[in-house]
Amino acid sequence: MSDNPLVRGVGLWSAAIRVGKEEVERGRPMSALHDESLAIRMTGLAKTFGDHVAVAGLDLTVPTGELLSLLGPNGAGKTTTIKMLCCLLRPSGGTASILGHDIATAPLAVKQVIGVSPQETAVAPNLNAWENLEMMAGLHGIDRQRARRRAEELLEVTGLAHRAGDKAKQYSGGMQRRLSIAMALVSDPQVVFLDEPTIGLDPQSRRAMWEYISGLKGDITIVLTTHYLEEADALADRIAVVDGGQLVALGTPDELKGNMTGIPVMVVEASNVTPEAFMALQQVYPSARRIEGGVEIEAEHLSIYEIGDCLRPFGVEIHSTAKKHVSLDDVFLELTGKELRE
Amino acid sequence: MRSIELAKRNLKEVRRDPLSLGIALALPLLLLLTLQALGGDDVPFLTPTLLTPGIVLFGFVMMMFSSAMILSRDRETSLLARFLTTPLRSSDFVSGYSMPYLLVALVQAAVLLVVGALLGLEVEGSLALVGVVFFLMAVFYVALGMILGAALTVAQTSGAYAVVLMLTIFGGAWFDLEQIGGVFLTVGDMLPFKHALDATRAVMADGSGFGDIAPDLYWIGGYTVGAVLLAIVMFQRRMLE
Repeated sequence: MSDNPLVRGVGLWSAAIRVGKEEVERGRPMSALHDESLAIRMTGLAKTFGDHVAVAGLDLTVPTGELLSLLGPNGAGKTTTIKMLCCLLRPSGGTASILGHDIATAPLAVKQVIGVSPQETAVAPNLNAWENLEMMAGLHGIDRQRARRRAEELLEVTGLAHRAGDKAKQYSGGMQRRLSIAMALVSDPQVVFLDEPTIGLDPQSRRAMWEYISGLKGDITIVLTTHYLEEADALADRIAVVDGGQLVALGTPDELKGNMTGIPVMVVEASNVTPEAFMALQQVYPSARRIEGGVEIEAEHLSIYEIGDCLRPFGVEIHSTAKKHVSLDDVFLELTGKELRE
Repeated sequence: MRSIELAKRNLKEVRRDPLSLGIALALPLLLLLTLQALGGDDVPFLTPTLLTPGIVLFGFVMMMFSSAMILSRDRETSLLARFLTTPLRSSDFVSGYSMPYLLVALVQAAVLLVVGALLGLEVEGSLALVGVVFFLMAVFYVALGMILGAALTVAQTSGAYAVVLMLTIFGGAWFDLEQIGGVFLTVGDMLPFKHALDATRAVMADGSGFGDIAPDLYWIGGYTVGAVLLAIVMFQRRMLE
């Protein structure tokens, strides 16, 4: 190598670039081994930070075109799992592949096919929506024309078209979130990771986002993390319930609910439930408990007439009675002994 | 080249922050005019020919801060994490983030040299050689900005900027180091600033050639290559934690 520092510098640069090229070549999909129907495969995927086990050996496959929701409380290991699958974190154990590309040995090939919306709203604040989208398309190597077309579509769908020329920092939180998700989709990825896509959104924006995400289903594979049960319930084909870095349940929302004890719960909306009236009810239904605006009873055999007979003599006004549907909240409580909190 | 896409965005960030850009261009200029007026022709190192190179290098330190800040901010807002999920290599990141700041640094240097020339700056030796030294130093400081931005938070970056600015004391731009000597000279000789200053002053004032300033160039080149490689390595480590 030359003594001239300039020449040396250029040499080292091109050496660094050569290493990069090899990475891509090694990353060609091993089509013989890759099962086309599987988008994501995780085998014993684990991550520890010092003594703390964030993800404790996940075995999970996601079929192509599925929307899988990783559901769990904060600190359950959802984001860590996503970060490993996006090649942002090195797994401590196990392997994973996206469309047959191993995340450890072919990160560039993985990054070519994925789109990611991180938990934080990661947009370039001084760029407008157009520029943000075109930038992401450009970074994925998509030609300008296609990027423009795709950006146009996405701005329309996300309802940002009328503000597309404004800087992103002037958007509301909800608009920034929508832009952030659009940025994950602009490169036409085959696998999309949405990390808590509706966190911090007001209920109206959340519903709009759900509709939007529902519209994406089918063509692409989506992994969505959430700690909102309604969100998983509304969107997911399958839900993977994680807690403490472990998979505690896996199934469709209905399957998960079906695994519950199955004891019916009756919710009685009533006013003037005096202590005497409540005691009378408990003599018949020992499981009765007070809730806001009435009582709740969990029992194998329930009769609204019997409930009325217990309460009415004490002057209780019954406004409504309804069987409570099993919610994923109940499922989660039963599986982990914990309630999901915001 | 995907790094161009990243560079385009960063250039937009530079252009859309006219205040910072204005300060980056105006402050060194103001310093040049003030110090030159203060020193007149009585203080040798404050004459345009000897003063301007130091101001140019000072301007590069400002660019180091700007490049470190954008990187640090992008890390804190997870925008960098988003970029890291795209198929860019570490070298793409370093060049994509550096290029706009390198460009501003070189424009800044050119403006200072032109204004210096109006004040009476002379280049006895090769202007190209002066350009090479300045180019390497601009690359060095912007790469240093990448290293700081990749490692530090936004708040820490400001602290580090202050330290790097302090270190320019050992460079000899603001007073005559030879007169003080001792520790100042020893420390200065170990850092690239003084070598760059000595080299450019020698070429401009005495007409020194490549052979005369070769030892300085090795120091500068070594620091520059080292900083660029370290920046790439830091990105590689960032890319997969």
